[in-house]
Amino acid sequence: MRQLALLLTLTATLSLGPAFAQTSLLNVSYDPTRELYKDYNAAFAKHWQAKTGQVLSFRQSHGGSGKQAMAVRDGLEADVVTLALAYDIDALVERKLIPLDWQARFPNNSSPYTSTIVFLVRKGNPKGIKDWGDLAKPGVAVITPNPKTSGGARWNYLAAWAWALKQPGGNDQKAKELVTAIFKNVPVLDSGARGSTTTFVERGLGDVLIAWENEAQLAVNEIGRDKFEIVAPSLSILAEPPVAVVDKVAEKHGTRLTAQAYLDYLYSEEGQNIAARHYYRPRDAKVAAKYAAQFPKLKLVTIADAFGGWQKAQKTHFADGGSFDQIYLKK
Amino acid sequence: MAAKPHRLLPGFGLALGYTLVYLSLLILLPLGGLVLKSAELGFGQILDIALGERSLAAFRVTFGASFLAAAINAFFGLIVAWVLVRYPFPGKRFVDALVDLPFALPTAVAGITLATLYAGNGWLGRHIEPLGIKVAYTPLGIVVALTFITLPFVVRTLQPVIEDIETEVEEAAASLGASRWQTFVKVIFPAIFPALLTGFALAFARAVGEYGSVIFIAGNLPLISEITPLLIISKLEQYDVLGATALAVVMLGLSFVLLLAVNLLQWWTANRHNNAEPLEVAAGKASGVST
Repeated sequence: MRQLALLLTLTATLSLGPAFAQTSLLNVSYDPTRELYKDYNAAFAKHWQAKTGQVLSFRQSHGGSGKQAMAVRDGLEADVVTLALAYDIDALVERKLIPLDWQARFPNNSSPYTSTIVFLVRKGNPKGIKDWGDLAKPGVAVITPNPKTSGGARWNYLAAWAWALKQPGGNDQKAKELVTAIFKNVPVLDSGARGSTTTFVERGLGDVLIAWENEAQLAVNEIGRDKFEIVAPSLSILAEPPVAVVDKVAEKHGTRLTAQAYLDYLYSEEGQNIAARHYYRPRDAKVAAKYAAQFPKLKLVTIADAFGGWQKAQKTHFADGGSFDQIYLKK
Repeated sequence: MAAKPHRLLPGFGLALGYTLVYLSLLILLPLGGLVLKSAELGFGQILDIALGERSLAAFRVTFGASFLAAAINAFFGLIVAWVLVRYPFPGKRFVDALVDLPFALPTAVAGITLATLYAGNGWLGRHIEPLGIKVAYTPLGIVVALTFITLPFVVRTLQPVIEDIETEVEEAAASLGASRWQTFVKVIFPAIFPALLTGFALAFARAVGEYGSVIFIAGNLPLISEITPLLIISKLEQYDVLGATALAVVMLGLSFVLLLAVNLLQWWTANRHNNAEPLEVAAGKASGVST
């Protein structure tokens, strides 16, 4: 693990050229935020120099959210982490890298932008997919990554579950039946969200991809409107990718103030605009109104309301022997 | 050291010391750490994890596909090595270099390339899927990826050994009245069999540990096309380091036993044919290949 951490640092350093004798921040993030933070870092560096005269440099590291958290936990010296789900940042509490109440330190559960889970279907929607129930129908091939290895896939799974609970007469048993039927329709379980997008988009496999809204928008806007459409289900989950200053590291590096300002600025108008441009839903009402056309309106439930928080959801559904394992095991 | 054997080159002590330190640092230390970590679990717990339905299925897929891939390469790799050594043809150097490519290519690239090729809309997949043969996202895909990755091991192990079998040996066999088939079965094959086993074992060992190329073509469905390395990664993603360690240790143990068995088999075949050592053949010491 140490070696892995070292390797990650090394890659992060190499990819951004030689570090100069100036304040530098390492932001350890998850997979689909590459483009977002590339833009944001440039904008923040400019803002910070205008404000304080200090020249900032950034090092970015991207990868699966769980793997990234693990690297930080094992010694990768991240000043800030910006991951896919709170559960992964919770893992840092154990090693006393951050305090237990980390999520209360920034507004909106420390999630400056949100996203949700939507469907990407082939042009014309030949299988007539409108809502979660349609994914369980026989003959529909569904592409989603493996919830055991992908943070995004856990959101997908819980979104389907939450929808089933909210149906008339919905309960955990019904929800389990729906999710089981959906996973019986999955021909390939990739290990990460990007992998699933590739399977659906490039390999032409499957009728519907369950995906991050930002990932789906990217696929439609960058690869082709004539090939895919986004279908918004009637209800989905509010995905809140959280951010945190890694106290122990920031104190050691003397970067606490800068790191704090770096994450604060995500909530500013400019930060919110950049997030929206990269298809993340902004928190700021004014910016949200500006980009309203880009985001379909749908009913969103939160992890806290529907599942009692990540720790509980993880234990019930994704731990060994949890509801996901029961789908595949005959027992 | 009572009777000091005569050695041509000095520095035995230094070289041995270096070897031991080097191997300890490189192999024993990390593997020892792994075993030590697994000791935090009881033996019963390790067994519980290893004998779970999902783990068992993954072991079956991993070892089964690796065995098949190594076996396929033992057969076809032998042909490739034979052709490369025995027949001159235009572009031979080029073909020879091709064999090494799977060594150099990042395995993820190999996996993505194979998946693209064999997927339902790929160049090959387009033609074989209508025939009912699905390669990408099935266990068959795993075998294809592993066969690709492990080809050089067999070919490169066999080449020097085949080079050392003089054509005269075949001619001698023929002049003594052996048919072509007899020459192959009784003269050539016993000489290369130990090397073939080594190549097989190397290919098998490499395949068992392979992760990068397989996950892109396997489909990764639990119980069907999920390999053990992926299961280990899944456990790590859940911060279940001990569970991952348990699987790793069991895999390590199984691989070690299998490799040991292959080595014993190799030693046995080498002795059975009265060659002091299979590699002595390669060193050119054995003047004739006894039958």
